[in-house]
Amino acid sequence: MIITSKTATNPSNIKPSEITPRTLFEDRRALMKTASIGLVAGAAGIWSTQSKAAQIAGGATEGAGRLVGRANAPAVAVKATAKPSSVYIPRQKITGYTKTAYGADEKLTKYQDITTYNNYYEFGTGKADPAIEAVLFKPRPWTISIEGEVKKAKTISIEDLMKIAPLEERIYRHRCVEAWSMVIPWIGLPLSNLVKWAEPTGNAKFIEFISANDPATMPGVRSPILDWPYTEGLRLDEAMNPLALLAVGLYGEVLPNQNGAPVRLVTPWKYGFKGAKAIVKIRFVEKMPLTTWVKSGPNEYGFYANVNPNVDHPRWTQSSEKPIGAGLFAGRIKTKMFNGYADQVGQMYAGLDLKKNF
Amino acid sequence: MNKQKINLVKVAIWLLALTPLARLVWLGFNDDLGANPVEFVERSTGLWALVILLVTLSLTPVRLITRQVWVIQLRRLTGLFMFFYACLHITTYVWLDFGFVWADIVKDIAKHPRILVGFGAFLLAIPLAATSNSYMIKRLKTNWKKLHQVVYLLAILAVVHFLWLVKKDVTEPLYYAAALALLFGIRLYYQYKSSKKSQLA
Repeated sequence: MIITSKTATNPSNIKPSEITPRTLFEDRRALMKTASIGLVAGAAGIWSTQSKAAQIAGGATEGAGRLVGRANAPAVAVKATAKPSSVYIPRQKITGYTKTAYGADEKLTKYQDITTYNNYYEFGTGKADPAIEAVLFKPRPWTISIEGEVKKAKTISIEDLMKIAPLEERIYRHRCVEAWSMVIPWIGLPLSNLVKWAEPTGNAKFIEFISANDPATMPGVRSPILDWPYTEGLRLDEAMNPLALLAVGLYGEVLPNQNGAPVRLVTPWKYGFKGAKAIVKIRFVEKMPLTTWVKSGPNEYGFYANVNPNVDHPRWTQSSEKPIGAGLFAGRIKTKMFNGYADQVGQMYAGLDLKKNF
Repeated sequence: MNKQKINLVKVAIWLLALTPLARLVWLGFNDDLGANPVEFVERSTGLWALVILLVTLSLTPVRLITRQVWVIQLRRLTGLFMFFYACLHITTYVWLDFGFVWADIVKDIAKHPRILVGFGAFLLAIPLAATSNSYMIKRLKTNWKKLHQVVYLLAILAVVHFLWLVKKDVTEPLYYAAALALLFGIRLYYQYKSSKKSQLA
């Protein structure tokens, strides 16, 4: 596995200063001064920033970067002296992954849509917020603490994690609990490989995933909208299911910050919120973990969160979904049980009342 | 304020009120409505209906505070623009969102309180729009005023509809709820004041 970029020469030992070219790094500092400009944009918040973010983050072509302008003010308010600035995040290709048959016949959602329409409350609750706010987030260097009921309880680097198993590209359908969907070409390694590598003890029944919680670079965690850090979980057998993926990239490139860099969970038969992003801890536990969304609304979000067209969210229907990128007049498509992955995952829930265990 | 000046204000309202629609059309033609264009149009038309509703409801408080009686003459125009955006909102829902699949729409309205409340607000707006012409005002006489007090209930339903939309972060809808509460508060204050005055007299 090699990450190629103009700036990182030794992929296994990337310093943050190498990921971001110096001039651009300095540019980021300058943008802090544009706070007041952001405030003006914020005051005009009624003009949704959605399309603006799409323009900003999606304008790039292959191999180029993304020019990210600031539409929102960072919390550190500095008086406005500089001109509106922009931040350049280099897009890095991943090489050395293998293509797989997963979703080979699916029509991919556009890169621009996947990277500008995100639910990632650590960077704000608007769909366009993460693409704009995540520019200051630093996904490298990164370590992940493997802990709890395992023989190999230790902290590993993201580079170590990526060596646990060969990287694969898998095209998965992604179904959000808000009834929209995408088709995403992830790159990652099967979660089962990590589980086997960690050697769980007999007491390990569940796995808890804990996300980064850094107020300095993640403006969303400064407000208690959710009980930070973001926590998700799987039953051990779910984690061992071949579909469960630890994603480190998409569209042949290193995972963008707004999509959960450097590593996130992908469980395509479950609603998107199960996919913990920017994972810092993977904890093997005996009892079912109390996950963030369950804590926030136990009558609306369950631990399993399996895609199920027959069990509605209390406030909206789950029987159909809006495919992202299909256009204004495309309408909805029917949602499938387990998001169409029933053959691969259905047997894990035999005998479980899915109306109660939603 | 003479009639000519009032007409100028009305022209300004026309231009302002049509700007959000013009923007949507512009963005639509430029393929610039974002990743989820249906949601974009649905939210935008809904939000503008609510904003114009609050503007309409603020005309009486403005009159009470500034004693500029003429502002009430703008109420029919803003109220109808509220109805116009509400119509666009529900058309987006029925057509672009649900593709005229009536069975799904009926189920969605019946099963989900959020949709039911929004739909209720829209139903309440229909008689108000229908009786907004001078003929009906004259014909209904005192009943007209009673009928149009329904707008208060409509406004509460609209805000609740917005509050129940969001998954978690209720900040934005709460701003609108606060604005509505303020407008109600001003009305109640003046009502209380005038009732005291009449007691004294």
